[in-house]
Amino acid sequence: MDGFAHQIIAGIATGGIYASVALALVMIYQATHHVNFAQGEMATLSTFIAWSMVEAGFPYWVAFAATVMLSFLIGVLVERLLMRPVQNAAVLTHVGVFIGLLLIVGNMTGWIFGYTTKVYPSPFTSSGPLMGGLISAHELGSTAVTLVVLTLVFLFFRYTSLGLAMRAAAYNPRSARLVGIRVGWMLALGWGLAAAIGAVAGMMVAPVVFLDPSMMTGILLYAFAGALIGGIDNPLGAVIGGFAVGVLENLAGAYVVGTELKLTVALAIIIGVLVIRPSGLLGRVVTSRV
Amino acid sequence: MLLDVKGMQAGYGQTHVLHGLDFVVEEGGVTALLGANGAGKTTTLRAICGMVKTEGDVTFLGERITGRATEDIARRGLAHVPDGRGTFMELSVEENFRLGAYVRRDPDVRADFERMFEWFPRLKQRWRQQAGTLSGGEQQMLAIARALLLRPRLLLLDEPSFGLAPLIVQEIFGIMRRIREESGVGILLVEQNANLALELADRAYLLETGRIVVSGPAAEIREDEAVRRSYLGY
Repeated sequence: MDGFAHQIIAGIATGGIYASVALALVMIYQATHHVNFAQGEMATLSTFIAWSMVEAGFPYWVAFAATVMLSFLIGVLVERLLMRPVQNAAVLTHVGVFIGLLLIVGNMTGWIFGYTTKVYPSPFTSSGPLMGGLISAHELGSTAVTLVVLTLVFLFFRYTSLGLAMRAAAYNPRSARLVGIRVGWMLALGWGLAAAIGAVAGMMVAPVVFLDPSMMTGILLYAFAGALIGGIDNPLGAVIGGFAVGVLENLAGAYVVGTELKLTVALAIIIGVLVIRPSGLLGRVVTSRV
Repeated sequence: MLLDVKGMQAGYGQTHVLHGLDFVVEEGGVTALLGANGAGKTTTLRAICGMVKTEGDVTFLGERITGRATEDIARRGLAHVPDGRGTFMELSVEENFRLGAYVRRDPDVRADFERMFEWFPRLKQRWRQQAGTLSGGEQQMLAIARALLLRPRLLLLDEPSFGLAPLIVQEIFGIMRRIREESGVGILLVEQNANLALELADRAYLLETGRIVVSGPAAEIREDEAVRRSYLGY
C-alpha cells in the first residue's frame, strides 16, 4: 500500500514538471496557434545556464533567480528575432522555424556545455525521511515550487491589467489593437513568460533525471500529452492534464508496462486524445450569439 | 477641427476601394457617412485607424496619422467600433470594460464605468457574464461602451444598427443621442439606414463607389431630391 501511495506522490511531483511545461506550450499556442517544439530545448539551455552559475560558486537561489530572468529575456528575443518575421507566413513555415529552433538550441547547448551527463544540485535536502518515507525532500520541494509558479501565473493573468491585455491580444488581436494594446509586445512577453516557466521546470527536474542536452525531450512529450488531455487552448486544463499524466505514467511504469515502456504511455495518450476527443477533456467551449 | 482627411486612397491588395476622399469631422456632434453596400464606408473607417494600407493625408487633432500603427492611433484618442463589433467574446463584460480603459492611467476610470452603467444599464446586469453570451443588442452596447472607455475625442461607429431588431436599434440610437448631448465626443457614424443616421447627424457625406458625391448639413441632405429618392426611399 505504501508503495502505491509513493508512486502516486512521485507522480504528482513529476506531474508538476509536466504541468509547467504544458502551461508554457499552451501559452504560446493560444497566441500563435502553433506548438513550440523547442520549448523543452530552451528549458534545457536555461538549466545549463543555471548549472554553470552554481558551478561558478553562486548560491543556488541566486542562480535560480538569474536564470529565470535570463530565460525570460531569451524568450522575448526569440519571438522578436525569429518569430516576428514569419508571423504572417504559412503553417509549414512556422513548423520549419520551430524545428530549426529545436535543432539549433539543442545542439548549441551540447556544443557549449558538452554531452556528458552532469549532476544538478537540489536545494531541498533533509536529514531523515519525510512522512514516513513516502516522499523525498526534493519531491516535496519541487512540487511546492511548481505550485507557487503556477499560482503566480494564474494570478497574473486573472488579476493584472497586463495579464488581461496579453489574453486579449491572444484571443482577438484586431480588437486588442483598437483599445491601444501593443499586440506584438504582448506576444513577446508571452514567449518570455513561457521560457521562464520552462526554465523553472528544467531546474526542478534536473536533479531527478540528471542534466544533459536531451534532458527535456521525453518530458516535452509528456507535457504535450498533458496539454492535449486538458485541451490545448485551456491553461488550467493543461496544468491538470500535466499532473494527471505524471501520475498515470508513474503508475503504468510501476504496475503495467514497466519503466522501459513508460514513454509509450505518453504517445498512447496523445494519439488517444487526438482520435477520440481532439478538443481535450476540458477543452473550452465558447458560446457565441450574433 | 477633429479629423481632416485629404486625398485618402485605400484598398485591399490590388483592389482600390477609395479613390481620393476629402472630408472633415468637426469637434463634438455627429457626422454621418452614408452610402450603399460596397461604397467604401467600412474601408474609410479602417483607413482612418490604419487597419488597411492607406495613402493621402489623415490629420487627427492637428497631427498626421497616415501610416501609423492602429494601437498608436487609438492611444491618441481615436476609438473605433468596427463591423462585427470587436468585443472580446471570450472575456466577461467587466474584462471588456477594463480593456476599453487599458491605456488610461487617470483616476477617473471608475467614474466612467458608472457613467456607462447610466447609459447602458443592461451591461451592469451582465457584469460577470461572458460577452459572447450577450444578445446582439447588448453586444453592440458593450462595443460602444468599450470604445467610449478609451475616453476618445473621436468615435468611429460602423453600422451600429446592423443585424438588430428595430426596437433595439431605436434603443441604441436613443442612447447615442444622450451620449452626443452629455459627452462632447465627436462621432463619425457609418450607416446604411440613411433615415436613422440623418435624424441623429449634424453633417453628412454621401459615398458612391469610393468617392464623395454629396456633402452638407444633415437637414439639407434630407431634403435633397436625388438623395431622397436613392437612399431614403420616399
